[in-house]
Amino acid sequence: MTELLVVRPGALTTVQDRGRPGYAHLGVPRSGALDTAAYALANRLVGNPPDAAALETTLDGVSLRAPAATVVAVTGAPCPVRISGRPVAWGAPVRVPAGAELEVGRAESGLRGYVAVRGGLIVAPVLGSRSTDLLAGLGPPALSAGMLLPVGPAGPDPVPGADAYGLPAAPSELLLPLRLGPRADWFTGASLAGLWRSALRVSPRSNRIGLRTEGGPALVRARAGELPSEGMVLGAVQVPPDGLPVVFLADHPVTGGYPVVGVVPPGPALDSAAQARPGTPVRFVRAR
Amino acid sequence: MRTLVVGGEALLIELDSADEVAALHAELLRRRDAGALGPVRDLVPAARTVLLDGVRDPAALGVLIARWEVPPLTREEGPLVTVAVRYDGPDLAEVARLWGVAPGEVPGIVGATEFRVAFCGFAPGFGYLTGLPERLHVPRRDTPRTAVPAGSLALAGEYAGVYPRSSPGGWQLIGSTDAVLWDADREPAALFAPGVRVRFTEGGRD
Repeated sequence: MTELLVVRPGALTTVQDRGRPGYAHLGVPRSGALDTAAYALANRLVGNPPDAAALETTLDGVSLRAPAATVVAVTGAPCPVRISGRPVAWGAPVRVPAGAELEVGRAESGLRGYVAVRGGLIVAPVLGSRSTDLLAGLGPPALSAGMLLPVGPAGPDPVPGADAYGLPAAPSELLLPLRLGPRADWFTGASLAGLWRSALRVSPRSNRIGLRTEGGPALVRARAGELPSEGMVLGAVQVPPDGLPVVFLADHPVTGGYPVVGVVPPGPALDSAAQARPGTPVRFVRAR
Repeated sequence: MRTLVVGGEALLIELDSADEVAALHAELLRRRDAGALGPVRDLVPAARTVLLDGVRDPAALGVLIARWEVPPLTREEGPLVTVAVRYDGPDLAEVARLWGVAPGEVPGIVGATEFRVAFCGFAPGFGYLTGLPERLHVPRRDTPRTAVPAGSLALAGEYAGVYPRSSPGGWQLIGSTDAVLWDADREPAALFAPGVRVRFTEGGRD
């Protein structure tokens, strides 16, 4: 077994796979890679099964040293990639010679990068997943300098040829289809109508739990009182007392006490949300 | 019973009481175990709702469930877990004052109560236990603690709970236990899973 050495952990780099859905009733968030398409692509590029654990970086990349030769691919937020100081391709499988350092640089656009290693990361799984969940404290800790990441044996699939893969660019405006309910009736009709032409932006307080918004106008409650905590789904748009929507991402709590005005369907829209930098305009589009 | 569609693949069922939630949750488990519910990824009870997430046609399922005859829960339904507690919590005297009893009477009152895990949340393995009559409901502390020790038995509102690990918390702490509430390598990982009945006995480390 080979182990990658973390040289520079980056602002927030975590191990992610498809997460641990199915344990919400025990209070366990689903977790998992935020940009599911970029994560899947990184694994495909190195010939891994689609659920192999990879690294998710945040804005400023990561640096790793490989004691044995391996193959890696970097996807998600476009960024410079270097091996032993020499520029190599982003979004394609690249060979890392034994002892070389892989440097994943700062994102040129977007937020989250994915670094897949041939064989996948084989940190100990918890409830069937290797994902780091910072909120629930499950899975491996976030990367720190000097940490060793065990890499599994390569699977039977070959490393595919260096095709050109279509990768969506990070959004200049985040379009989020929203299916109203279950608690849209907690808000005034006028403020709901205003949601479709709001001037909301991505808040810098966003994280893996949720994409927070700022700007406005805020949603206005049509009724007073508190909602008893209820189960939350991925993509739920929760509205705290300040009226500014929060889009729940993979680390969202399993229950919540603020009303959910609607749900953004998991898939491309939430993948884009994972790449939207603070300040990006957010527009909700009515979906059925 | 009110059914609400949540996005494209979830259904939220709203009920009038915690008892109705417990009864419907038990019925859903029975039907799922009998293979009569169809695919559902997560079945999440909460205070007044049950969420079914990862279902094929939430609207159709809602129509179906609304027609069910759900029998009320019997007292003996669900596995029983007994947990030994030391009544050494820093809020024991305050809770006794709110209950209008002496602190020494709290263990007897708690011990005579049959609790049930209504739902989990807040942290993995944190169960919200119902069973306390309304006159024994106590408010949260005005100022939450930044660190509540793991194993603390605590009360707030209609619920009792045991902190599975050290975390911030605003509940009133009346005791502590050595029971392991959460162990990801155990099956089930949570000692207090929804539907489990819980009794607290007075006892300490021996």
